Amino acid sequence: MFKVEDLNNMHLDVLREVGNIGAGNAATALAKMIDKKIDMEVPIVKILDYGDIANTLGGEESVVAGIYFDVEGDITGNIMFLLDVNSSKTLTGMLMGREDYSKDLDEMDRSALQEVGNILSGSYISSLSSLTGLNLLLSIPSLCIDMAGAILSVPAIQFGYVSDKVLLIETKLKDGNDLVKANFFLIPNAETFSTLLNSLGVYD
Amino acid sequence: MQKIIKVGMADLKIVKYPEILTTLGLGSCVGIALYDKKIQLIGLAHIMLPDSRQIKNNANKAKFADTAINLLIEEMVKEGGNRSRFVAKIAGGAQMFSFGGNSDVMKIGFRNVVATKEILGDLKVPIIAEDTGGNYGRTIEVYSDTGGLLVKTIGHGIKEI
Repeated sequence: MFKVEDLNNMHLDVLREVGNIGAGNAATALAKMIDKKIDMEVPIVKILDYGDIANTLGGEESVVAGIYFDVEGDITGNIMFLLDVNSSKTLTGMLMGREDYSKDLDEMDRSALQEVGNILSGSYISSLSSLTGLNLLLSIPSLCIDMAGAILSVPAIQFGYVSDKVLLIETKLKDGNDLVKANFFLIPNAETFSTLLNSLGVYD
Repeated sequence: MQKIIKVGMADLKIVKYPEILTTLGLGSCVGIALYDKKIQLIGLAHIMLPDSRQIKNNANKAKFADTAINLLIEEMVKEGGNRSRFVAKIAGGAQMFSFGGNSDVMKIGFRNVVATKEILGDLKVPIIAEDTGGNYGRTIEVYSDTGGLLVKTIGHGIKEI
Protein backbone atom coordinates (compact mmCIF):
# COMPACT_ATOMS: atom_id res chain seq x y z
CA MET A 1 0.00 0.00 0.00
CA PHE A 2 1.16 3.50 -0.81
CA LYS A 3 1.73 5.93 1.97
CA VAL A 4 1.66 9.64 1.37
CA GLU A 5 5.38 9.72 2.11
CA ASP A 6 6.14 7.06 -0.52
CA LEU A 7 4.88 8.94 -3.53
CA ASN A 8 7.63 9.79 -6.00
CA ASN A 9 7.76 12.60 -8.52
CA MET A 10 6.15 10.58 -11.27
CA HIS A 11 3.20 9.76 -9.00
CA LEU A 12 2.85 13.40 -8.11
CA ASP A 13 2.90 14.35 -11.80
CA VAL A 14 0.10 11.90 -12.49
CA LEU A 15 -1.95 13.22 -9.58
CA ARG A 16 -1.37 16.75 -10.80
CA GLU A 17 -2.69 15.73 -14.20
CA VAL A 18 -5.75 14.23 -12.53
CA GLY A 19 -6.35 17.61 -10.95
CA ASN A 20 -5.77 19.32 -14.25
CA ILE A 21 -8.38 17.33 -16.12
CA GLY A 22 -10.92 17.34 -13.32
CA ALA A 23 -10.64 21.01 -12.52
CA GLY A 24 -10.50 21.92 -16.20
CA ASN A 25 -13.96 20.49 -16.61
CA ALA A 26 -15.17 22.12 -13.44
CA ALA A 27 -13.82 25.48 -14.66
CA THR A 28 -15.74 25.10 -17.92
CA ALA A 29 -18.90 24.32 -15.98
CA LEU A 30 -18.40 27.39 -13.77
CA ALA A 31 -17.74 29.61 -16.80
CA LYS A 32 -21.00 28.47 -18.39
CA MET A 33 -22.91 28.97 -15.18
CA ILE A 34 -21.94 32.59 -14.60
CA ASP A 35 -21.18 33.40 -18.23
CA LYS A 36 -17.72 34.72 -17.43
CA LYS A 37 -14.23 33.75 -18.41
CA ILE A 38 -12.65 31.51 -15.77
CA ASP A 39 -8.90 31.18 -15.36
CA MET A 40 -7.45 28.08 -13.85
CA GLU A 41 -4.02 27.76 -12.32
CA VAL A 42 -1.85 24.70 -12.74
CA PRO A 43 -2.89 22.25 -10.03
CA ILE A 44 -0.60 21.75 -7.07
CA VAL A 45 -0.23 18.49 -5.23
CA LYS A 46 0.34 19.40 -1.64
CA ILE A 47 1.49 17.10 1.11
CA LEU A 48 0.89 18.99 4.29
CA ASP A 49 1.21 18.63 8.02
CA TYR A 50 -2.06 19.31 9.82
CA GLY A 51 -0.85 22.61 11.14
CA ASP A 52 -0.14 23.95 7.68
CA ILE A 53 -3.45 23.12 6.07
CA ALA A 54 -5.33 26.19 7.18
CA ASN A 55 -2.39 28.42 6.32
CA THR A 56 -2.97 27.63 2.65
CA LEU A 57 -6.15 29.66 2.96
CA GLY A 58 -5.04 32.75 4.82
CA GLY A 59 -5.08 31.48 8.38
CA GLU A 60 -7.25 29.36 10.64
CA GLU A 61 -9.71 32.12 11.45
CA SER A 62 -10.43 33.47 7.98
CA VAL A 63 -14.07 32.88 7.09
CA VAL A 64 -14.63 30.55 4.17
CA ALA A 65 -17.47 28.60 2.61
CA GLY A 66 -16.69 24.92 2.21
CA ILE A 67 -18.79 22.51 0.21
CA TYR A 68 -17.85 18.97 1.05
CA PHE A 69 -18.48 15.67 -0.71
CA ASP A 70 -17.69 12.05 -0.09
CA VAL A 71 -16.33 10.19 -3.08
CA GLU A 72 -17.17 6.50 -3.17
CA GLY A 73 -16.81 3.64 -5.60
CA ASP A 74 -13.50 2.26 -6.85
CA ILE A 75 -11.60 4.97 -5.02
CA THR A 76 -12.68 6.74 -1.87
CA GLY A 77 -11.88 10.18 -0.64
CA ASN A 78 -13.33 13.64 -0.52
CA ILE A 79 -13.80 16.69 -2.60
CA MET A 80 -13.92 20.13 -1.09
CA PHE A 81 -14.83 23.26 -2.96
CA LEU A 82 -13.78 26.31 -0.99
CA LEU A 83 -14.47 29.99 -1.50
CA ASP A 84 -13.55 32.91 0.69
CA VAL A 85 -16.57 34.73 2.01
CA ASN A 86 -16.42 37.63 -0.47
CA SER A 87 -16.16 35.27 -3.41
CA SER A 88 -19.22 33.39 -2.14
CA LYS A 89 -21.22 36.61 -2.01
CA THR A 90 -20.06 37.65 -5.46
CA LEU A 91 -20.75 34.25 -6.96
CA THR A 92 -24.28 34.02 -5.58
CA GLY A 93 -24.82 37.66 -6.52
CA MET A 94 -23.91 36.84 -10.11
CA LEU A 95 -26.16 33.80 -10.14
CA MET A 96 -29.10 35.73 -8.73
CA GLY A 97 -28.50 38.65 -11.09
CA ARG A 98 -27.98 41.17 -8.28
CA GLU A 99 -26.35 44.55 -8.80
CA ASP A 100 -24.81 44.65 -5.36
CA TYR A 101 -22.60 41.77 -4.31
CA SER A 102 -22.18 42.77 -0.67
CA LYS A 103 -25.40 41.29 0.68
CA ASP A 104 -25.04 38.65 3.37
CA LEU A 105 -25.83 35.11 2.33
CA ASP A 106 -29.40 33.96 2.94
CA GLU A 107 -30.91 30.49 2.70
CA MET A 108 -31.40 30.80 -1.04
CA ASP A 109 -27.76 31.78 -1.51
CA ARG A 110 -26.63 28.87 0.59
CA SER A 111 -28.52 26.38 -1.46
CA ALA A 112 -27.24 28.04 -4.64
CA LEU A 113 -23.69 27.60 -3.36
CA GLN A 114 -24.33 23.94 -2.64
CA GLU A 115 -25.67 23.51 -6.12
CA VAL A 116 -22.64 25.23 -7.65
CA GLY A 117 -20.42 22.90 -5.65
CA ASN A 118 -22.50 19.99 -6.81
CA ILE A 119 -22.24 20.84 -10.48
CA LEU A 120 -18.52 21.55 -10.34
CA SER A 121 -17.69 18.46 -8.34
CA GLY A 122 -19.90 16.41 -10.63
CA SER A 123 -17.99 17.56 -13.69
CA TYR A 124 -14.68 17.01 -11.90
CA ILE A 125 -15.60 13.47 -10.94
CA SER A 126 -17.16 12.50 -14.25
CA SER A 127 -14.08 13.59 -16.20
CA LEU A 128 -11.93 11.69 -13.74
CA SER A 129 -14.16 8.69 -14.15
CA SER A 130 -13.89 8.70 -17.95
CA LEU A 131 -10.13 9.25 -17.78
CA THR A 132 -9.49 6.34 -15.45
CA GLY A 133 -12.37 4.02 -16.27
CA LEU A 134 -13.11 3.86 -12.55
CA ASN A 135 -16.57 3.88 -11.11
CA LEU A 136 -16.88 6.99 -8.95
CA LEU A 137 -19.87 8.24 -7.01
CA LEU A 138 -20.41 11.53 -5.29
CA SER A 139 -22.45 12.08 -2.12
CA ILE A 140 -24.88 14.94 -1.74
CA PRO A 141 -23.15 18.24 -0.92
CA SER A 142 -22.88 19.67 2.56
CA LEU A 143 -22.14 23.35 3.07
CA CYS A 144 -20.46 25.01 5.99
CA ILE A 145 -19.48 28.68 6.31
CA ASP A 146 -17.06 29.10 9.16
CA MET A 147 -13.40 29.41 10.17
CA ALA A 148 -10.99 27.83 7.70
CA GLY A 149 -9.27 25.91 10.48
CA ALA A 150 -12.49 24.29 11.63
CA ILE A 151 -13.55 23.37 8.10
CA LEU A 152 -10.19 21.98 7.04
CA SER A 153 -9.90 19.92 10.19
CA VAL A 154 -12.58 17.65 8.71
CA PRO A 155 -10.42 16.15 5.92
CA ALA A 156 -7.41 16.24 8.25
CA ILE A 157 -9.26 14.08 10.76
CA GLN A 158 -10.25 11.62 8.08
CA PHE A 159 -6.55 11.06 7.43
CA GLY A 160 -5.69 11.19 11.09
CA TYR A 161 -5.61 7.48 11.80
CA VAL A 162 -3.42 6.56 8.85
CA SER A 163 -1.02 9.42 8.47
CA ASP A 164 0.39 12.58 9.93
CA LYS A 165 0.18 14.17 6.54
CA VAL A 166 -2.64 15.05 4.18
CA LEU A 167 -2.43 14.94 0.41
CA LEU A 168 -4.45 17.56 -1.41
CA ILE A 169 -4.69 18.13 -5.12
CA GLU A 170 -5.47 21.81 -5.19
CA THR A 171 -6.60 23.87 -8.16
CA LYS A 172 -7.33 27.56 -7.98
CA LEU A 173 -10.06 28.96 -10.16
CA LYS A 174 -10.87 32.62 -10.61
CA ASP A 175 -12.90 34.76 -12.93
CA GLY A 176 -11.17 37.24 -15.25
CA ASN A 177 -11.91 40.20 -12.98
CA ASP A 178 -10.54 38.50 -9.90
CA LEU A 179 -13.85 38.69 -8.07
CA VAL A 180 -14.50 35.03 -7.53
CA LYS A 181 -11.59 32.97 -6.24
CA ALA A 182 -12.17 29.35 -5.46
CA ASN A 183 -10.04 26.41 -4.38
CA PHE A 184 -10.89 22.95 -5.46
CA PHE A 185 -9.43 20.08 -3.44
CA LEU A 186 -9.44 16.41 -4.31
CA ILE A 187 -8.38 14.43 -1.26
CA PRO A 188 -7.99 10.73 -2.12
CA ASN A 189 -7.77 8.25 0.73
CA ALA A 190 -4.29 6.84 1.08
CA GLU A 191 -5.71 3.30 0.81
CA THR A 192 -6.86 3.96 -2.72
CA PHE A 193 -3.76 5.70 -4.07
CA SER A 194 -2.65 2.53 -5.80
CA THR A 195 -6.05 1.97 -7.45
CA LEU A 196 -5.99 5.52 -8.75
CA LEU A 197 -2.40 5.33 -9.97
CA ASN A 198 -2.84 1.86 -11.49
CA SER A 199 -5.89 3.00 -13.41
CA LEU A 200 -3.70 5.60 -15.06
CA GLY A 201 -1.04 3.06 -15.99
CA VAL A 202 1.36 3.80 -13.15
CA TYR A 203 2.39 0.77 -11.15
CA ASP A 204 4.10 0.57 -7.84
CA MET B 1 4.05 41.41 29.38
CA GLN B 2 1.40 38.85 28.47
CA LYS B 3 2.30 36.66 25.58
CA ILE B 4 -0.28 34.71 23.61
CA ILE B 5 1.10 31.33 22.73
CA LYS B 6 -0.48 29.36 19.93
CA VAL B 7 -1.29 25.68 20.16
CA GLY B 8 -1.62 24.09 16.70
CA MET B 9 -3.75 21.18 15.56
CA ALA B 10 -2.57 17.94 17.20
CA ASP B 11 -0.37 19.95 19.55
CA LEU B 12 -0.18 20.79 23.26
CA LYS B 13 1.54 23.42 25.38
CA ILE B 14 1.96 24.39 29.02
CA VAL B 15 2.59 27.89 30.38
CA LYS B 16 2.61 29.82 33.65
CA TYR B 17 1.23 33.25 34.53
CA PRO B 18 1.13 35.75 32.83
CA GLU B 19 1.05 33.90 29.54
CA ILE B 20 -2.09 33.00 27.59
CA LEU B 21 -2.70 29.94 25.46
CA THR B 22 -4.83 29.96 22.34
CA THR B 23 -5.89 27.51 19.68
CA LEU B 24 -7.63 28.64 16.51
CA GLY B 25 -10.47 27.16 14.53
CA LEU B 26 -11.48 24.11 16.55
CA GLY B 27 -14.00 22.19 14.48
CA SER B 28 -14.56 18.56 15.37
CA CYS B 29 -11.34 18.71 17.31
CA VAL B 30 -11.51 19.30 21.06
CA GLY B 31 -9.52 21.82 23.06
CA ILE B 32 -8.73 20.48 26.52
CA ALA B 33 -7.55 23.06 29.05
CA LEU B 34 -6.19 22.11 32.46
CA TYR B 35 -5.64 24.61 35.24
CA ASP B 36 -3.76 24.57 38.53
CA LYS B 37 -5.04 27.64 40.32
CA LYS B 38 -2.52 27.70 43.14
CA ILE B 39 0.49 28.15 40.89
CA GLN B 40 -1.38 29.70 37.94
CA LEU B 41 -0.26 26.99 35.57
CA ILE B 42 -2.29 26.15 32.47
CA GLY B 43 -2.04 23.52 29.77
CA LEU B 44 -3.92 23.22 26.51
CA ALA B 45 -4.19 20.31 24.08
CA HIS B 46 -5.85 20.42 20.63
CA ILE B 47 -6.79 16.82 19.94
CA MET B 48 -8.15 15.46 16.65
CA LEU B 49 -9.19 11.88 17.42
CA PRO B 50 -10.52 9.97 20.41
CA ASP B 51 -8.38 6.88 20.72
CA SER B 52 -4.72 6.17 19.99
CA ARG B 53 -5.23 2.44 20.46
CA GLN B 54 -6.80 2.25 17.01
CA ILE B 55 -3.41 2.66 15.35
CA LYS B 56 -0.15 0.80 15.78
CA ASN B 57 2.55 3.42 15.90
CA ASN B 58 1.47 6.61 17.45
CA ALA B 59 4.10 9.19 16.71
CA ASN B 60 2.10 12.20 17.79
CA LYS B 61 0.70 11.93 21.29
CA ALA B 62 -1.11 15.26 21.09
CA LYS B 63 -3.29 13.96 18.24
CA PHE B 64 -5.39 11.63 20.42
CA ALA B 65 -7.50 12.39 23.48
CA ASP B 66 -6.11 9.55 25.59
CA THR B 67 -2.40 10.13 25.02
CA ALA B 68 -2.72 13.92 24.94
CA ILE B 69 -4.45 14.16 28.33
CA ASN B 70 -1.90 11.89 29.96
CA LEU B 71 0.96 13.85 28.47
CA LEU B 72 -0.62 17.16 29.48
CA ILE B 73 -0.91 16.02 33.10
CA GLU B 74 2.63 14.64 33.08
CA GLU B 75 4.08 17.89 31.74
CA MET B 76 2.11 20.00 34.19
CA VAL B 77 3.33 17.90 37.10
CA LYS B 78 6.89 18.44 35.84
CA GLU B 79 6.27 22.18 36.03
CA GLY B 80 5.30 21.88 39.66
CA GLY B 81 1.58 21.26 39.26
CA ASN B 82 -0.29 19.03 41.67
CA ARG B 83 -2.75 16.74 39.96
CA SER B 84 -5.20 16.83 42.85
CA ARG B 85 -5.67 20.55 42.12
CA PHE B 86 -6.18 20.21 38.36
CA VAL B 87 -9.52 21.22 36.88
CA ALA B 88 -10.49 20.94 33.22
CA LYS B 89 -12.47 23.00 30.74
CA ILE B 90 -13.22 21.67 27.28
CA ALA B 91 -14.50 23.20 24.05
CA GLY B 92 -15.04 22.09 20.45
CA GLY B 93 -16.32 18.76 19.16
CA ALA B 94 -18.64 20.30 16.59
CA GLN B 95 -20.06 18.60 13.54
CA MET B 96 -19.07 20.95 10.74
CA PHE B 97 -20.77 19.15 7.86
CA SER B 98 -23.99 17.23 7.97
CA PHE B 99 -24.72 14.41 5.59
CA GLY B 100 -27.83 12.30 5.46
CA GLY B 101 -25.98 9.13 6.36
CA ASN B 102 -24.67 8.17 9.75
CA SER B 103 -21.06 8.07 8.73
CA ASP B 104 -18.69 7.58 11.64
CA VAL B 105 -16.40 10.25 10.39
CA MET B 106 -19.13 12.85 10.62
CA LYS B 107 -19.72 12.05 14.27
CA ILE B 108 -16.09 12.37 15.18
CA GLY B 109 -16.68 15.60 17.09
CA PHE B 110 -19.16 13.90 19.38
CA ARG B 111 -16.86 10.91 19.85
CA ASN B 112 -13.96 13.21 20.69
CA VAL B 113 -16.01 14.85 23.43
CA VAL B 114 -17.20 11.52 24.86
CA ALA B 115 -13.65 10.14 24.92
CA THR B 116 -12.27 13.31 26.50
CA LYS B 117 -14.84 13.17 29.30
CA GLU B 118 -14.23 9.49 29.93
CA ILE B 119 -10.49 9.89 30.15
CA LEU B 120 -10.66 12.95 32.42
CA GLY B 121 -13.17 11.05 34.56
CA ASP B 122 -10.86 8.05 34.84
CA LEU B 123 -8.00 10.34 35.84
CA LYS B 124 -10.22 12.12 38.40
CA VAL B 125 -9.82 15.54 36.84
CA PRO B 126 -13.15 17.38 37.25
CA ILE B 127 -14.57 19.15 34.20
CA ILE B 128 -15.83 22.45 35.55
CA ALA B 129 -17.05 23.97 32.28
CA GLU B 130 -17.61 22.99 28.68
CA ASP B 131 -18.79 24.44 25.40
CA THR B 132 -19.08 21.55 22.99
CA GLY B 133 -21.17 20.30 20.07
CA GLY B 134 -23.08 22.41 17.60
CA ASN B 135 -22.11 22.90 13.99
CA TYR B 136 -19.71 25.79 14.21
CA GLY B 137 -16.01 26.39 14.75
CA ARG B 138 -14.46 27.87 17.88
CA THR B 139 -11.30 29.76 18.69
CA ILE B 140 -10.35 29.58 22.35
CA GLU B 141 -8.07 31.45 24.73
CA VAL B 142 -7.09 30.17 28.15
CA TYR B 143 -5.94 32.59 30.87
CA SER B 144 -3.34 31.59 33.40
CA ASP B 145 -4.43 34.14 36.04
CA THR B 146 -8.10 33.13 36.29
CA GLY B 147 -8.28 29.81 34.48
CA GLY B 148 -10.95 31.39 32.30
CA LEU B 149 -11.60 30.01 28.85
CA LEU B 150 -12.82 32.42 26.19
CA VAL B 151 -14.73 30.98 23.23
CA LYS B 152 -14.96 33.01 20.01
CA THR B 153 -17.12 31.97 17.08
CA ILE B 154 -18.32 33.24 13.73
CA GLY B 155 -21.95 34.21 14.17
CA HIS B 156 -22.49 32.41 17.49
CA GLY B 157 -21.10 35.04 19.80
CA ILE B 158 -18.25 35.23 22.29
CA LYS B 159 -18.41 33.87 25.80
CA GLU B 160 -16.18 33.01 28.70
CA ILE B 161 -16.70 29.72 30.46
